Amino acid sequence: MDLTLKVWRQENRKAKGRFETYSLKNISPDSSFLEMLDVLNEQLVNGNNEPVVFDHDCREGICGTCSLFINGRAHGPDEDITTCQLHMRKFKDGDTIVIEPWRAGGFPVIKDLMVDRSAFDQILQAGGFISVNTGSARDGNNILIPKHKADESMDAAACIGCGACVATCKNSSAMLFLASKVSHLALLPQGRPEAVRRAKAMVAKMDELGFGSCTNTGACEVECPKGISVAHIARLNREFLIANLKP
Amino acid sequence: MASFLNSSIGKKFLMSLSGLFLITFLLVHLVVNSMILFDPSGALFNNVAHFMGTNPIIRVVEPVLAIGFILHILYACILTLKNQWVRPVGYDKQHSGNSSTWASRNMFVLGALILIFLVIHISNFFWKIKFTGSELLDNGGVNGVENVYLLVTTLFINWWWIDIVYVIGTVVLGLHLTHAFWSAFQTLGLSDNRWRKRLVIAGWVYTILVAGGFALIPLWVKISSMIN
Repeated sequence: MDLTLKVWRQENRKAKGRFETYSLKNISPDSSFLEMLDVLNEQLVNGNNEPVVFDHDCREGICGTCSLFINGRAHGPDEDITTCQLHMRKFKDGDTIVIEPWRAGGFPVIKDLMVDRSAFDQILQAGGFISVNTGSARDGNNILIPKHKADESMDAAACIGCGACVATCKNSSAMLFLASKVSHLALLPQGRPEAVRRAKAMVAKMDELGFGSCTNTGACEVECPKGISVAHIARLNREFLIANLKP
Repeated sequence: MASFLNSSIGKKFLMSLSGLFLITFLLVHLVVNSMILFDPSGALFNNVAHFMGTNPIIRVVEPVLAIGFILHILYACILTLKNQWVRPVGYDKQHSGNSSTWASRNMFVLGALILIFLVIHISNFFWKIKFTGSELLDNGGVNGVENVYLLVTTLFINWWWIDIVYVIGTVVLGLHLTHAFWSAFQTLGLSDNRWRKRLVIAGWVYTILVAGGFALIPLWVKISSMIN
């Protein structure tokens, strides 16, 4: 396949970015999107040009490192996948592909297509944990958990923290991320003792870091590579309201 | 309490509560207005309107309603301004159409249009009834009951473009409501995967009933005057 790429280039956090256009020839439709970018970078390096900086790590859809806003959609034009799972067969020969970084005040661009997502770490540090005594491993099934609760908790825990929800949301809201983190702990007995503190602290941190507020458009759940439902946002709202009612 | 109202969810909580209050108000408003359809003499509508204007409970709720409107508008402005501000650099290309509805993305624009309509609507009726008065109100009124029916029907019969403004107003209101209904419950935490479907359907039923009902009234008055 022959392709034209319109790629966002930005020197550093402070620099003003711009789009650069590149032509690529003979790309295999079976290659992944990131492999296609690898080919581009090889071409750039061979021509003594600076390669395009982009995030990637596991390349099997579980680490949440790859990002990219491709042709107007987070992780590109396929459902329930990360960018590393996107294949070039989803595009046509001769296509022009626009590649942008996640755009949100909470995710400043570090360079080119790489953004700083440490805001998510800060939100987790504010309350996305449980306090337990360390020591020898506990017996399995020490605390019994109903199957449906464990399942729902696992659905929320599927969040890989990629940031597609923030990137897609018209308000750059981190509510789906926060909701999945709060939800997966709130559903389990181990998460209950700190539930009140957790909901308050994590919401306060999210607000402080400059993410917008949710307007329930539901775009986040459509673009989430793990298909996490906005029902978890309702649970977060519930947890937060209850936390504020308690003395 | 202050920290709660300063939080993003706290502000949305107020949007949601005031929104549900306005949703309830619209239903009551429609029930009263539908009296226009049931009695062409206007006596029924005039009596109900008189009751609404003099009943002590309604008189108490009236300022609460005004506060509801003000809170809803005020917090919509605060939240929307912040949401605009948190994305300093926008996308060159964004396909929003396949992940969310147009109405859900444009609630503020729809709300602003509803506010414009509200000003027109209040100056047409409420303002005249409450403050400035009108010859039409005194015309044929019995026992202190004002002839609100005559005021309403005269306006809808004499100016066809007013009918169009009202129909457009209800369409815009309807679009706002399609997203508002479920969204209000979601913000209060009263939704999950099962209830979401039910609430969305209930929202559509409510929207068609209320927007359709309000659009019907000016059309009914105009068309029945043309037939007679």
